[in-house]
Amino acid sequence: MKDSVGIVETQYLEIKKPFKLESGKSLDELTIAYETYGQLNQDKTNAVLILHALSGDAHAAGKYHPSDKKTGWWDNMIGPGKAFDTSKHFVICSNVLGGCKGTTGPSSINPKTSKPYGFSFPVITIKDMVRAQNKLVEHLKIKKLLSVAGGSMGGMEAIQWIVTYPKKVKSAVIVGASLSQSAQNIAFHEVGRQAILSDPNWQNGDYYDSGRRPFWGLSAARMIGHITYLSEQSMQQKFGRLLRNGAGYTYDFSTEFEVQNYLKYQGKSFVERFDANSYLYITKAIDYFNLDYDKAAEAFSKSEADILTIAFSSDWLYPPKQVKEVVKAARQGLKKASYYEVKSDFGHDAFLIEAKKQKPVISGFLNNQLKK
Amino acid sequence: MKRIDYQIISNLIEEGSRVLDLGCGSGELLSQLTEEKKVVGEGVEIDDEKIQECFKKGLVVHHGNIDEGLPDYPGNSFDYVILSQTLQVTHNPLLVVNEMLRVGKQAIVSFPNFGHYAMRLQLMVYGRMPVTKAFPYQWYDTPNIRHTTIKDFKAFCEQNDFQIQEITYLKDFGSKISPLLINWRARLAIAVLIKGDTAGMRVKR
Repeated sequence: MKDSVGIVETQYLEIKKPFKLESGKSLDELTIAYETYGQLNQDKTNAVLILHALSGDAHAAGKYHPSDKKTGWWDNMIGPGKAFDTSKHFVICSNVLGGCKGTTGPSSINPKTSKPYGFSFPVITIKDMVRAQNKLVEHLKIKKLLSVAGGSMGGMEAIQWIVTYPKKVKSAVIVGASLSQSAQNIAFHEVGRQAILSDPNWQNGDYYDSGRRPFWGLSAARMIGHITYLSEQSMQQKFGRLLRNGAGYTYDFSTEFEVQNYLKYQGKSFVERFDANSYLYITKAIDYFNLDYDKAAEAFSKSEADILTIAFSSDWLYPPKQVKEVVKAARQGLKKASYYEVKSDFGHDAFLIEAKKQKPVISGFLNNQLKK
Repeated sequence: MKRIDYQIISNLIEEGSRVLDLGCGSGELLSQLTEEKKVVGEGVEIDDEKIQECFKKGLVVHHGNIDEGLPDYPGNSFDYVILSQTLQVTHNPLLVVNEMLRVGKQAIVSFPNFGHYAMRLQLMVYGRMPVTKAFPYQWYDTPNIRHTTIKDFKAFCEQNDFQIQEITYLKDFGSKISPLLINWRARLAIAVLIKGDTAGMRVKR
């Protein structure tokens, strides 16, 4: 386990002051769950903030206990000698605002009512998430981040970091993300949200103490999500028309096809670890994300950050074309901006899977940032 | 040892300028220009392994196919756009050169001369497609699909209103030569182009 960050622990930053949101509303207090890996150097110039996607959390690498089966969600990318090299970098990852893994979100207790917020939780945006992350960075007394890095929604957060804190980030690694959420992606999110909202167990979002949870709605949302994370090639390759029992059609509506079984499993395992309301709020935040090309170019021009963008050939959720818009806007702002396209059949999920292909690119980029 | 053609390109470039190298390979020329001329350099490369080398060197690069043009680069963002011994492998040289002059103020194009006497002799005497140091491939496996002579290149520039500001000829990869019987004697030419008044009109139409 030479390349693992080892045993890690989630920490919590509690801010007992109101936190104002982009919508004008505010939260009375804010808790941020986070983990760190590696050592912060004396000048505090080697910090890399990792930004997670829709269903991620602060647990990006390592294990909580030696007997844990699962490691953090980006463990193949974070560790000694890996893309985000913890022998050189101090890596930070926090759960996003609106999440359900320790940071304040709809399942947290509202201090005013001593009950979970539920649907009374204010709507949040990507900018709100980034401003909350900044509170953590301030708490850690880091003046300038070496890099902000993330895939999917995490890539949007990285872009937002450059826009909101142009002088606070030295570089950004933006993986499989766009300047603006596309109509097609909003549509997929909407199907997922409708599934949750129409689940009778959702109970207007006030389900926490009822003993019933909108499992079916959330699992259907996850299923549709999962289809968009894969690709036609990878699904065909993995499942084709394989039948579970292999013996032939049963002429009923049971789970016959392997692909059905897979989706069902994904849905089921997701509801065990994720909150339906968080799913509603976070997908909404992603859907609101919209930087017009010219505005983005202007924002990039004001920042000091060098940019690395990475796309995946079979990603149809945030296809190469959309990632190239990001790099083009950065170039318009005369930024040093690189683009790398990973040839992969894994679709959008490739950002979590294709660690070997991303490694030389990201570590080359970050090493250069460290030298500067 | 530094390549003489790289040295000539380097001499053409002003210090501290913005440079884009198309088909930058593993980034040798870019590294040289960054070192010698303190340029703000970027490159475009299609090959996966080569571009990874560029990233390892800390270069700013774009993973893409120049035959699709340079849609991911805003106009007028470079002082020089370089195409070093890559013209002959492009599918759409006209688009590429037009794009070079959209994105950059000047284009530097170096290309091997198919009119060199060794080529002509091989074709004339043996009746076989020439295989030389500059063109080491067989007809069926060559990546060089756009064979051009110096005369052809000049005609191409004139037809498309690319003004040749300066052109240097190289005998082998060693020494510069005088313009006498150049289309027989030069192995390589390095041309600096700027946009004529109507350049780019042809593709638009």
